[in-house]
Amino acid sequence: MTVQLDARPPVAPAPGNQRQSSGRLSRFDTRFSPYLYIAPFFLLFAVFGVYPLAYTFWVSLHDWDLLGTDHPFVGAENYTRLLADVDFWHALVNTLGIFVISTVPQLLAALWLANLLNRGLRARTGWRMAVLVPNVTSTAAVAIVFGVLFGREFGMVNWLLDLVGLDAIEWKSNRFASWVAISAMVDWRWTGYNALILLAAMQAIPRDLYEAAAIDGANRARQFWSVTVPLLKPTIIFCAIIATIGGLQLFTEPRMFHSGTNPIRGGPLRESQTLTMYMFENAFAPHYNFGYGSAVAWLLFALIAIVAAVNVLVLRRLGGGPGPRKGAAR
Amino acid sequence: MAVFPRRRLAAVALAATTALLVTAGCGGGDEQGGDGPVTLTVDVFGQFGYEQLYQEYMAAHPDVKIVERGTGTNLDEYSPKLTQWLAAGRGAGDVVAIEEGLLVEYKANPGNFVNLLDHGAADLKGNFLEWKWNAGLTADGKQLIGLGTDVGGIAMCYRKDLFEKAGLPTERDAVSKLWPTWQDYIATGERFVAAKTGASFLDAATNTFNTILLQTAGNTTGYSYYDTSDKLVVDSNPAVRQAWDTTMDIVDSGLSGKYGSWSEEWVSAFKQSKFATIACPAWMTGVIEGNAGPTAQGRWDIARVPGNGGNWGGSHLAVPKQSKHQAEAIELVKFLTSAKGQIGAFKAKGPLPSSPQALDDPAITGASNAYFSGAPVGTIFGAGAKSLKPVYMGPKNQAVRTEVENAVRTVELGQRNPGQGWTDAVTNAKKAAAK
Repeated sequence: MTVQLDARPPVAPAPGNQRQSSGRLSRFDTRFSPYLYIAPFFLLFAVFGVYPLAYTFWVSLHDWDLLGTDHPFVGAENYTRLLADVDFWHALVNTLGIFVISTVPQLLAALWLANLLNRGLRARTGWRMAVLVPNVTSTAAVAIVFGVLFGREFGMVNWLLDLVGLDAIEWKSNRFASWVAISAMVDWRWTGYNALILLAAMQAIPRDLYEAAAIDGANRARQFWSVTVPLLKPTIIFCAIIATIGGLQLFTEPRMFHSGTNPIRGGPLRESQTLTMYMFENAFAPHYNFGYGSAVAWLLFALIAIVAAVNVLVLRRLGGGPGPRKGAAR
Repeated sequence: MAVFPRRRLAAVALAATTALLVTAGCGGGDEQGGDGPVTLTVDVFGQFGYEQLYQEYMAAHPDVKIVERGTGTNLDEYSPKLTQWLAAGRGAGDVVAIEEGLLVEYKANPGNFVNLLDHGAADLKGNFLEWKWNAGLTADGKQLIGLGTDVGGIAMCYRKDLFEKAGLPTERDAVSKLWPTWQDYIATGERFVAAKTGASFLDAATNTFNTILLQTAGNTTGYSYYDTSDKLVVDSNPAVRQAWDTTMDIVDSGLSGKYGSWSEEWVSAFKQSKFATIACPAWMTGVIEGNAGPTAQGRWDIARVPGNGGNWGGSHLAVPKQSKHQAEAIELVKFLTSAKGQIGAFKAKGPLPSSPQALDDPAITGASNAYFSGAPVGTIFGAGAKSLKPVYMGPKNQAVRTEVENAVRTVELGQRNPGQGWTDAVTNAKKAAAK
C-alpha cells in the first residue's frame, strides 16, 4: 500500500500541518493531476518538437555558417533570397511532380488490390501479408536496388526495354523519367500498406448494401463504383493525407537513387532534387549555410501546412457530416 | 579492500607516466585519467592504407588502441559528416583526414583544431615538401592545422588488353609516346573508338576535366577557381577556360563512357572493362584495384599523363580540439605522416608521399605495383613529385567545383551544348560562391 501512495503525482506537500492540508491537496489532485498525467507527451514534444522548430526559425534569421563562430543577424534576408532562388522553385516542382505521379497510381492500385483481397481467395491471410512485405524492407535498401535497376547502361529496366526494341532511357538525367523511377520506388513500398487500410474499411461495409444493389440489378463493377468507393471516401482521404505528408518530405528514395559525386543534387540538372534534398544541400555539403537551409525548412513547413489545410477542407466537404465512419467509430 | 586502492594508485601512476612520456611537455587538454588503454579513433575516406601501420603503432604503444572509420567511403559522404561533427562539438575522431580541396574551408575556422605548432610540429617542417607544409598553415601562419599525408601526382592508367584489341601499343613507354599532349590523347582515343572494342576510351569527362584543370593551373596561373586573393575567377582564369575547351573536344570526339565518376555505374564499368583509360592521381591506383577487382590484375598498366605533370588531391591529418586524447592523437599523427608512415601507406594503397625523404627512399624509388603489371610506380609518380606545382584553392572551392563539373556532365550527357554548358558553369559557380 505504501508503494501505491508513493505513486501519486509529485506534488510538493505544504510545510507544517499536513493533516489540515489534505483536503486542499485532494482538490489540487483532482484539478491538476490530469495535466501531470499527460505532461510527459507535451514535455517530450516541447523538447523534440517545439524547441527544434523555434531554433530552426531563429537560425533562419541569421547568416549562419555551420563551422563559423560569428552568426550575424540578417532578418528575413534568407527568405527573400530563397523566394528568388530558381533552384528552390525547381525543387518544389520536382517534389510536387513526384508526389502526384506517385500518389495517384498508388491509391488506384491500392484500391484495386484491396478489392481483389476482399474476395474469397484461398490462403487469404497469406496474400494479405504478402502485400505488406515491401513496406517492411528498409527504404535505403529499396532505393539502392532500384537505383541499380534503373541504371543507364547496366540497369535491368533498360535491358528489358532493349529486348522489346525500345531505346534506352536516361532514368537519372531525364527529369520526367527520374520522377517516374522514384515514384515506382515509392509505390512499390506503400501500395500494399494502403491496400490493407482500404481492405479494412471495405470489410466494415454492411453486406446488405451489396445484396440490395444486386437485387436492383447492379453487376460487380457497378457495385464497386456505386457502393464500395463512396463508402470508402473517408478512408481514401486518410490515405491521401498520409501520402501527402510522406510525399512532401521525400528524401531517402531520391537521395539514394543517385550515386557518385554530389548525389544530393538529384542529377546534373537537379532533375529529381526534392525540397528536403535542397534543404540538405544548403545546410550541409557543399554549402554549409545553416541559415539558408533553415529557411528552406521553414518554407517546407509552411507548404505542408497549406497542403494539410487544403486536405482538411476537402475532408470537411467530402467526408464530414454524419458519415458512415462516425457511426462505426464507437 | 586493501588491494583496491593500491592497484588504483598503480594505475594512476602508470597513466601519469605514460602521459608524461607521450605528451613530451605539452600543456594538456587531456583530462582523462588512467582508465586502461586509450582508444584513438581515426576518420578517413577512400584508401589511406594505414592498417599495417596501426598494428605496428599499437605493438609499440600497448596503451593505445586504434579504431579506424571510413575506409572506402567517398569524399562526398565523408566531408559533410566531418563538418557536422566539428559544428556539433562532438563525434569527430581523434585524428581526422582533410582533403586538400576542403582544407581552406576548415582553415577558415581554425579554432576547431589543435594547433600542431604548439606541440612540437615546427621541428618536422623539413619532413614535408614545402608547399605541402604551407598548405596546412592558416593564412597568418600562426596555426598548423594538419600535417601532410600524400600528394596526388598524376599519371594515366590504361587497360593493356583493350589497347591490344584496338591495335594500339601496349608497352608503357610506347603508350606514353602516344600522347605528349592532350590533343594527341584525343587523337589516340579516336583511333581506339574506330577499332570498336565495345569499350569507351575514358571513364567520365569530369575526372579528366579536373585533371586537365589542375595540370594547366599548376603550369600557368597557380590557382584555379579562385585567385590567391580569394576572388572568384572562374570566368576570367584562362586555365579554367582552356581545360573546359579541351574537355569539350574529348566529349565531341565521343571518347567518354559517361559513367558518372564514383557512381555505381562507374564501379560496374570498371568490373566490366568498359573503358580503356582513366586519369590517375597516385591515390587512384588503390581505387582502381578496389573497383576492378582481383580478376583484372595484370591487365592494367600506367603511362605518363598527357601534358606536363600536375597534382590532384592529397590530404592532411588533423586533431580536432574536441578530442579527449589530444596528446596521444598528435603522436599518432606524427607517426602516420612521418617518412616511415608515408612509405607504409604507399606500399599498402599507393598514395604518394609528401615527404622528400620518403620520396628518395629506395622503398619508393624502387617500388613497383604488381596489380598494374609491375609498373614502377615509385618512379612514375615519384619522379615529378618534388617539382609538383601546387594549385591554390579558395574558400568555396568544393561548391564551385561541383557546379563546374556538373556543367561538364550535362554536356557529356547531351543535355546542353558546350556554349550553354559554359554559361551554366559560370552562373552556377557564381551563385554557389555567394551562398
